[in-house]
Amino acid sequence: MTQSKLPAESEKTAHIRITLNREVVDVSFAPYKTLLEVLREDLGHTGTKHGCELGECGACAVILDGKPVLSCLVLAVECDGREVETVEGLGTDGDLHPLQDAFADLGGAQCGYCTPAFLLTAKSLLDQNPSPSRDEIREALSGNLCRCTGYLQIFEAVEAAMIEIAKRNKSAT
Amino acid sequence: MSDKSNPSNLPACDSGSGSDQLRVIGTSRRRIDARGKVTGQTIFADDIFLPRMVHCKLLRSPHPHARIRKIDASRALSLPGVYLVLTGKDFPIEYGILPVSQDETALCVDHVRHVGDPVAAVVAREELTASEALDLIDVDYEILQTISDPEEGLATPEPRIHDYGEEGNIHKRVSFEFGDADKGFAEADEVFEDLFFFQGNTHLAIEQHAAVATKDRDGKLTLWTSTQTPHYLHRALSKVLEMPTGHIRVIATPCGGGFGGKSDPFNHEIVVSKAALLLGRPVKICLTREEVFYCHRGRHPILMKFKTGVKKDGTITAMQLQSLIDGGGYGSYGVASTFYAGALQTTTYHIPKYRYQGCRVFTNKPPCGPKRGHGTPQPRFGQEVQIDKIAEKLKIDPAELRLRIAVKPNELTANFLQLGTVGLDQCIRRVVEISGWKEKFRKLPEGRGVGLACSCYLTGAGLSIYWNSMPHSGIQLKLDRGGGVTLFTGTTEIGQGSDDVLAAIVAEVLGIGTNDIRVYSGDTDLGPVDLGSYSSRVTLMAGNAAIQAAERAKAMLVEGVAEKFQVPKERIRLADNCAFDSAAPEKRVTFQEAVCLGESRFGTIGTVGSYTPPKFLAAQYKGGGVGTSPTYTYSAAVVEVEVDPATGWLRIAKIWNTHDLGRALNPVIARGQVEGSIYMGLGEALMEEQEFRRLPEKFSRALVHKFPSILEYKSPTSLDMPEVVTEFIEGPDARGPFGAKECGQGPLLPIIPAVANAVYDAVGVRIDEVPITPEKILKALSDKKAGRAPRFGPTHFPEVHWPEALRVPPPWEGGDGRATNEAPRRPKPRVEKEPVLKP
Repeated sequence: MTQSKLPAESEKTAHIRITLNREVVDVSFAPYKTLLEVLREDLGHTGTKHGCELGECGACAVILDGKPVLSCLVLAVECDGREVETVEGLGTDGDLHPLQDAFADLGGAQCGYCTPAFLLTAKSLLDQNPSPSRDEIREALSGNLCRCTGYLQIFEAVEAAMIEIAKRNKSAT
Repeated sequence: MSDKSNPSNLPACDSGSGSDQLRVIGTSRRRIDARGKVTGQTIFADDIFLPRMVHCKLLRSPHPHARIRKIDASRALSLPGVYLVLTGKDFPIEYGILPVSQDETALCVDHVRHVGDPVAAVVAREELTASEALDLIDVDYEILQTISDPEEGLATPEPRIHDYGEEGNIHKRVSFEFGDADKGFAEADEVFEDLFFFQGNTHLAIEQHAAVATKDRDGKLTLWTSTQTPHYLHRALSKVLEMPTGHIRVIATPCGGGFGGKSDPFNHEIVVSKAALLLGRPVKICLTREEVFYCHRGRHPILMKFKTGVKKDGTITAMQLQSLIDGGGYGSYGVASTFYAGALQTTTYHIPKYRYQGCRVFTNKPPCGPKRGHGTPQPRFGQEVQIDKIAEKLKIDPAELRLRIAVKPNELTANFLQLGTVGLDQCIRRVVEISGWKEKFRKLPEGRGVGLACSCYLTGAGLSIYWNSMPHSGIQLKLDRGGGVTLFTGTTEIGQGSDDVLAAIVAEVLGIGTNDIRVYSGDTDLGPVDLGSYSSRVTLMAGNAAIQAAERAKAMLVEGVAEKFQVPKERIRLADNCAFDSAAPEKRVTFQEAVCLGESRFGTIGTVGSYTPPKFLAAQYKGGGVGTSPTYTYSAAVVEVEVDPATGWLRIAKIWNTHDLGRALNPVIARGQVEGSIYMGLGEALMEEQEFRRLPEKFSRALVHKFPSILEYKSPTSLDMPEVVTEFIEGPDARGPFGAKECGQGPLLPIIPAVANAVYDAVGVRIDEVPITPEKILKALSDKKAGRAPRFGPTHFPEVHWPEALRVPPPWEGGDGRATNEAPRRPKPRVEKEPVLKP
């Protein structure tokens, strides 16, 4: 069946310029798309996941202008000129971020599907509060659902990362 | 127990690198797939984007029960961007996970059986276009009466949801007698009768089902899909698409959570496969979260009637269990579930006489299937709560009572399940110790309480889903002169750590690190058959196969090195990435050199290993295969709760649990599996409900899912998870690789009854129903205050016409595992055909 006419969506595109993981990028996309969809489908950054696309599970969490947001509830057109951090941008110079090392070593990831979101939400927490209590960690992560771990090894991974980051900061000074 | 004539059944426990200590097995390590998961590089099914890929959406029935009179897709087909519309006409061949219930078609042909049953598929250039096209498909339905629960199903033989099954809307009934239970009740000092209800719940894996199908350059089909059972899916695709299995490649992508929800062959998998073959371009589908609720295949709601006779000292004289099981709209694993819902009750406490009757009824709801524990958490809940009631009446401590009646290692149960190692005694004693049980039980202030429960689970189903005498797991190993080791296997990594376990086993045998091994799993082209990730089978079955493959490879390396060193091969050890002479360890070569020596000596090194469970000669009666397993694990849990009597609000203060897992191959992963099981049990105990309601009269009175969303279907968040103390009880079981048994399902089971028992200890009310919610507690408390029975739970078990029981005398009554009243199974009579050559 040949289609001589394009679907309506293809006739309009929106364009934004964002700083994605410290790099300036331009992207064009169908204007109705969420940040989540643009990241995954138009920018090839499939590390960010979806579990419900209704803002209920937290699997789509990214950091937008320094704050953790549910990218399935953010329209991409709202992001022009803004800074987005995704899991692909964690770590520097080929090394993993301490959170990534900790999650990998301490059982923070089992199926791994919720992991990118947990990492970014945890990073956002540690960026604001370098030594959160267990309760503060629980609270900060309460918008991220995990069905595999039961959360306890995730908490321990965040605490281990916290200690490692503090150690590195200390030796850097 | 091991069949010596079949080498694949050799006990594998002792197989090691030859060194005295294990270097990899038992160490806490970063799992081999961890890096990909924390960097976001792991490719899940919906992360696959292929050139020219198009999108598929399914149109689902808005009616719970209807006939399809007509489907008109012309308006959809003329929407720009739509390439293809498929309907049931395109998929006439039925399939289903179980051979006995092949009752599904990829799209409904003329009968829809639940809201969400797929009736048409659109393939379009954009996902949004496909969604819009769904609204342009006109379906003419003839509404049929809805059957909303088993009781209604029993009372409503017509209209039939399926035209197979026992009769009316009864899918399956089973009835077994292992000894004369009535005689046992007569001998008892006390007889307890209790009703329990366990509501249905669903897996809620964070990853929605997704699949991408493509027609390869050689014209064959490749399907990437999030599945736990690529092999069974492979067979179903071959059947429905009428293609040779060898021309179909199923690749199980890393599964973002399964828990049993991705173990059936699914409509969407078959639809995209066919669409890709027709269009000659890749077709992707990803279900919405709401659609996942309609796929379901989750925990069967079960109404249970337990009757148990005991002596004053707690010894059980007989037990009887009747179960009424809500199957939903299709068979799925339901026949197996019906057997499982009674099979494991004899595996924890000695039950000399046991009667089980189960009845699964079709209803117009999403089909139920296997969820973590598969049919056993429900009766385990009933059994453990009833034991608590028995202990109270007999004035025996519940832990003490269980210790008195616990099964012993290597026992054969009344229903002929062969137990292996049994760590139940140690589990109970240890959990009592670490929880402070004796200081707390019946001693905490009002509103605070502790509850204890135990359980047992199998380590791999003894039978394959389809009858055959081939291995359940196969492993292929490739060793090359670069020192690389590659493991090819059909197993599926669903987060439980199977890839890591297999790498660890091979690493241990070959004396290398897990980082030196690549694992290719879940690909039907690359790896030998593994039946799938269900029934906690992979570690034991694929693990044993991996040991065999690795040992065979090791033998070649050892011989090559021995020849070079001119020493007997028995002296050669593989460890620390080297091969050395144990009598003179400085005489060594690297692992890579050892492989070169082996390859020079033997040619290209490629080995296989396989595992077939021992034939369970004991359970010969029809249905006796379900519940059999190479071995079983044991768990005990103590849950401490706080209940606010004013609101009924229930808070879990702390959980202690002990799990007899044989050996923890990677303690980090094992702990994660145990805690994940506890978490999921807690979710079911407190809040998870797959509930339905009828729409108001002015709409359609349709039976719909009450809340098919993650927000409203409650699951525990980080705030809900209490402190958990986990201890492994390690006593290697020779039947498992390096002694390992399962740890991915067993620990879930005792949590739910332990919560119920703790609530009783806290505020003196019995919630004989799951989930245990504040509303129910409050209702029971107000009943208690008013002098009524301090209990919330079912009060009525409908009349079921049970079939004649299969009578199987238990072992201690001289039974041999056969039924005394089963008609001998005759082969089907041969039909005389017309002779080919006429005289």
